Amino acid sequence: MVKSFQLSFSFGHPQTQNASVQSRRDLRNSNPSPNSYGNRNPNSTRKGEVSDLKMQLRQLAGSRAPGTDDSKRDLFKKVISYMTIGIDVSSLFSEMVMCSATSDIVLKKMCYLYVGNYAKGNPDIALLTINFLQKDCKDEDPMIRGLALRSLCSLRVANLVEYLVGPLGLGLKDGNSYVRMVATIGVLKLYHISAATCIDADFPAMLKHLMLNDPDTQVVANCLSALQEIWSLEASQSEEASREREALLSKPVIYYFLNRLKSAMLELIFKLESKEIYDHLDWVLRIFVLKLSTVAERIPSFGGWVSFCSYQRGGLGIRRLVMFKQSLLNVEDQRMKEFSEWAQCLVLELVAKYVPSDSNEIFDIMNLLEDRLQHANGAVVLATIKLFLQLTLSMTDVHQQVYERIKAPLLTLVSSGSPEQSYAVLSHLHLLVMRAPMLFSSDYKHFYCQYNESFYVKKLKLEMLTAVANENNTYEIGECTIAVTQCFTEIAVVSKSVCPVTELCEYAANVDIPIARESIRAVGKIALQQYDVNAIVDRLLQFLEMEKDYVTAETLVLVKDLLRKYPQWSHDCIAVVGNISSKNVQEPKAKAALIWMLGEYAQEMQDAPYVLESLIDNWDDEHSAEVRLHLLTAVMKCFLRRPPETQKALGAALAAGLADFHQDVHDRALFYYRLLQHNVSVAENVVNPPKQAVSVFADTQSSEIKDRIFDEFNSLSVVYQKPSYMFTDKEHRGAFSFTEELGNLSIGVESASNVVSAQIVEASDNDLLLSTSEKEESRGPSSNGSAYSAPSYGASSNHPLPAHSPQSSLAIDDLLGLGLTISANPEPLPPSLTLNPRAVLDPSAFQQKWRQLPISVSQEYTMNPQGVAALTTPQSLLRHMQGHSIHCIASGGQAPNFKFFFFAQKAEELSTFLVECVINSSSCKAQLKIKADDETTSQAFSDLFQSALSTLGTP
Amino acid sequence: MHKRLKRGARLNKARYAWGLYINLQNDKDRRQTTDRTNRTDRSLFSSDPQAQSEGPELRQVMISQFFVLSQRGDNIVFRDYRGDVQKGSAEIFFRKVKFWKEDGEEEAPPVFNVDGVNYFHVKVVGLLFVATTRTNVSPSLVLELLQRIARVVKDYLGVLNEDSIRKNFVLVYELLDEVVDFGYVQTTSTELLKSFIFNEPILVDVARLQALGPAGLFMQGTKRMPGTAVTKSVVANEPAGRKREEIFVDIIEKISVTFSSSGYILTSEIDGTIQMKSYLSGNPEIRLALNDDLSIGRGGRSIYDYSGSSGSGAVILDDCNFHESVHLDSFDVDRTLSLVPPDGEFPVMNYRITQEFKPPFRINALIEQAGPLKAEVILKIRAEYASSITANTILVQMPLPTYTTRVSFELEPGAVGQVTDFKESNKRLEWGLKKAMFLLNALMSCILNSIAGGSEHTLHAKLTFSQESHGNITKEAGPVSMNFTIPMYNASRLQVKYLQIAKKSKTFNPYRWVRYVTQTNSYVARI
Repeated sequence: MVKSFQLSFSFGHPQTQNASVQSRRDLRNSNPSPNSYGNRNPNSTRKGEVSDLKMQLRQLAGSRAPGTDDSKRDLFKKVISYMTIGIDVSSLFSEMVMCSATSDIVLKKMCYLYVGNYAKGNPDIALLTINFLQKDCKDEDPMIRGLALRSLCSLRVANLVEYLVGPLGLGLKDGNSYVRMVATIGVLKLYHISAATCIDADFPAMLKHLMLNDPDTQVVANCLSALQEIWSLEASQSEEASREREALLSKPVIYYFLNRLKSAMLELIFKLESKEIYDHLDWVLRIFVLKLSTVAERIPSFGGWVSFCSYQRGGLGIRRLVMFKQSLLNVEDQRMKEFSEWAQCLVLELVAKYVPSDSNEIFDIMNLLEDRLQHANGAVVLATIKLFLQLTLSMTDVHQQVYERIKAPLLTLVSSGSPEQSYAVLSHLHLLVMRAPMLFSSDYKHFYCQYNESFYVKKLKLEMLTAVANENNTYEIGECTIAVTQCFTEIAVVSKSVCPVTELCEYAANVDIPIARESIRAVGKIALQQYDVNAIVDRLLQFLEMEKDYVTAETLVLVKDLLRKYPQWSHDCIAVVGNISSKNVQEPKAKAALIWMLGEYAQEMQDAPYVLESLIDNWDDEHSAEVRLHLLTAVMKCFLRRPPETQKALGAALAAGLADFHQDVHDRALFYYRLLQHNVSVAENVVNPPKQAVSVFADTQSSEIKDRIFDEFNSLSVVYQKPSYMFTDKEHRGAFSFTEELGNLSIGVESASNVVSAQIVEASDNDLLLSTSEKEESRGPSSNGSAYSAPSYGASSNHPLPAHSPQSSLAIDDLLGLGLTISANPEPLPPSLTLNPRAVLDPSAFQQKWRQLPISVSQEYTMNPQGVAALTTPQSLLRHMQGHSIHCIASGGQAPNFKFFFFAQKAEELSTFLVECVINSSSCKAQLKIKADDETTSQAFSDLFQSALSTLGTP
Repeated sequence: MHKRLKRGARLNKARYAWGLYINLQNDKDRRQTTDRTNRTDRSLFSSDPQAQSEGPELRQVMISQFFVLSQRGDNIVFRDYRGDVQKGSAEIFFRKVKFWKEDGEEEAPPVFNVDGVNYFHVKVVGLLFVATTRTNVSPSLVLELLQRIARVVKDYLGVLNEDSIRKNFVLVYELLDEVVDFGYVQTTSTELLKSFIFNEPILVDVARLQALGPAGLFMQGTKRMPGTAVTKSVVANEPAGRKREEIFVDIIEKISVTFSSSGYILTSEIDGTIQMKSYLSGNPEIRLALNDDLSIGRGGRSIYDYSGSSGSGAVILDDCNFHESVHLDSFDVDRTLSLVPPDGEFPVMNYRITQEFKPPFRINALIEQAGPLKAEVILKIRAEYASSITANTILVQMPLPTYTTRVSFELEPGAVGQVTDFKESNKRLEWGLKKAMFLLNALMSCILNSIAGGSEHTLHAKLTFSQESHGNITKEAGPVSMNFTIPMYNASRLQVKYLQIAKKSKTFNPYRWVRYVTQTNSYVARI
């Protein structure tokens, strides 16, 4: 190998003969470097240089003179540097190929890189390379064999695949692990060029064999990656492929991987119950042979064991196995080559999909992988955490224990890595904190922001602080406020009693404006969550006294929300808000909030009419339509309460509104005008109805989305805080997903319903019957009561469904004259539908049906409190539903989210109903998805189901 | 119900035995019900197509492209592995990062999505290492990979910067070919890669360049450290022709302290790492002994319960993790880590401490109204470490009220090497202290009253405002933050007692360098 080429290294300097002035400028700083920005039209300016290169390459191609390789290297480097910056050097293809006849491996590598880049665009010339690549695939040096095979597979030219099969087949059987490693990925590349060729050559089967037998762990890992991709792409077309894909998750395969994950993990296999050892004897031995053969490479005396083992495969008793175990434990010190950290991640992801048969097995796996939590590589730790969380989903207390256990490793990862890695880990921590804030309530100090952290990290931390502010902490807040006379002068008395809210207030005074805004919102959020809010309200009011524009603005918006939730605080708030000059408030949102308060509390605020009047005087300067709409409504409210003082202002406002160019403003003005003309008391009812306090605001993320994100732990979904279907294209979703039509179907339905609810919201926005201030409240009922349970609306909007079915059935009962008897019996069945109490359906049939049928009814249903209380033991629901001839086929989840699959059959015919029922016990909501053979009766069934559900927990 | 199982004096008290209660309690009914629900439930969910499309996916961990961009957005290295992301992705990425404006943020997060393509990036020495993919991969895996690629490249080039990558881009391509194949990670081990790499690194002029990472600190450092050592490539030969046998162990601690306005410590944390870089031939085994009184985990006590811990003198780690080459077999007995160090730079151990420690500096900050349009700021910092130690490049910063127009500074008499500045654009006061000053001062104090450490510096600043400030001026200014580096000092008192290298021959006596450094992560005093 030539090592002196650095002497002649001078490529790329624009001293190259006839480079134009233009290209000189392009090269910028005469750097020998590629740079992309100077290349707006690279081809025209560089053409000269490229053809020059062509000449030089041609001259060298035939030369045998000493030093040729050095000159070639320089030229090749130049070509590749052009390639990097996006100059098209494909015209040099034939020259490059001619020059590649060399034994210099550095040259070969550069040539391979070049060929891989341009072959796709020049399939005809690519044929030229086949010859020398095929020759190289038979080279003595395994390195060259591997490199050539890799380049051969990277050509990406469809009509050359026939030349791939032979070398790939040989590569998979090569004695050198490097070549096999390259070949396994090569198979995958071939599959992407021509799936049929790959399948026909039976490569997947060969990969499977390698995966289960190869001593080299990287070969095994590559096989796994390749097979996952191939089989899941194939699964839609071939039954066999989907079976193979399932088989990847079978117990023997999973155990095989777990055992190879770490040599010390050998123990696990012996935990198989003895009967199973017989079943999987072949597997057990396979692993033994593998382990021994790797050991044997180092210790010759173990060679005997290997042959013994291979020989004895099949006919071996348990006693022998125990002997083996002993001997293997003896050699455990001789560490075998373990999976690389990246391959470990792969295996852990696979295991996370595996379904252990019982809790013992779960604990075995967890104990085995426990030490992975101490790995320095965050990816390994997160993959392990995901596995633990998935495994324990159905065991609430262990699940909680997992949370406790993973806290420390996560926090260490957050603080040990680069800022980028911390961010990724912190996002996951954020997810966990949001799911179970109580478990992190004592760790709030870890979420304090540091001054030099980036915005996105601070934002996550603020949200976590908000979430962990629980009642214990708020108690501290109370203490703090007593001790702290003024929020910003004397902070935090003793270090121990510092609480999140004080900390947040600290940030509010932050010079960094976006963070200050975020923290004010956070304080407000805490206030909106808590029962004891007076301390926090005090804080917010102190914010107003700070007289910083943005602080005032954010605080006003919050005070408005607070007032809507806790009207009892109006007195204190109004006193302070009244002092704010509307001139200091510029931001539309804040202005709208202030105006809303002026209108709503016109009675309490002395000068409300006059402030409104001055605002109306400046109508034309007000650019935000939102503010103008609020102004109209506020002046209306004010007028209804204090007519004489406001009359003038109202007149001016309506006139200005009618002349407004904005459609909504105009319409609302007109509407108010006519309303007043029609009847003032009706207007009063419309504009100023008695309001109920809002208990839950509608804008919180739905629990289903949160669950999905949790299911996709350790993926981008967590960072983006969106489930994957919202940001990946269908064809690029995870390997195991994109063949499943049903998933897409249900997703499709859902996104459709999202659209609908968005439209409803949109509609209510424009609905003139409602003042803007009520918009948010109206969202609840219109979007089917999501996250909304205000008592006043409860009667009218939250229980329409349960109220409906018993009533209607009662009406029928009355007609039939059966009133008393039936109403005593809480199971009135609509006469149109009777169910078969002994319906049978096996899980696979269920699955198949579920896959085939479209969703015929999708509904949200609010459970009554007794029903939710009964859910503490999910079995009770199952029993209860069975009493209604609705049978459970599967259930899962833990508080507060439960998921059930039910089925039922019609009594008279074989028509089946399938139900997916997701119950959130904290929001008392159940989401139903019903599929039916006979869709005409599915609504009737839905009513039946809901009436059954409504009686849960009632004796 | 569940107990932590302490396996004798097993290393980590946090070592769990999962599922103890099943064995202890042996509640048959309960077990059966769990079993049953598990079975029906999980077996259905796992094969339930819906669960598969939404649920716990087996995601392929693959990237589509990898590229390195300079600060100006030039492509230095560009490798397309799978061809499913358009070629112009580098440009799209750079535009997005450069002009990031979303949710009021001005800085792009490390991961974002544009038109279905996910972009990951890490910043290393001013370069952007970027990966793209269309699949829903594990973000921490990709970010870790990018960081690792940067480290491997640094191992091979000796120095990582724009110049060195440009000069060695063929070698970098060689590395990239072996590290990732068709988007799947193959290996990132500097050592394993050695046999696949044939290009020789072209070394760049080290003297004027800054090295990557915390180890770069030692470059400016004291004479105990050979300047070029940490910038040596793992494959290049020394000019003398023969490799120097040496090993570097760096204990790097980043400290975060927040003082309240009354001087109490509100939060304090040490994030430490033991970094190793080995140039030993033949991979001998190494034993690294830490403090005897080191313990891990804080048992049942709350993390912030300081009582009893500060006085005892023991070093208590909240938590730690280890590189995979580390064997912990005798760690419980004598606090010794044994490992066969792979080539290149790697963290042996990362640890985290929230135990109270003595902060190296005390900050006193005061801002006072001194008239309708005037105020005075007094900043006082006191070094609270031994006089033999010198802190480097200290910078104190303090945001001032936005309506500040002019600041006049008044340093203490005889101040040497101190710089003061008022940054008009972001209304920030800056006070820089060269390292010489503390040494000098400490020496003086040594001579004068022979008491070590304790040197103190004060800055007076007079502010002029353009408008009258209402209310409390302390709300408008601060907090004071400090940046510094202290070589040969570590806040946690964690020590490497000895570094033992398995001897190959009598003449084998490699150089061993054990170094400590403390840096600030966040050192803030509120006012």
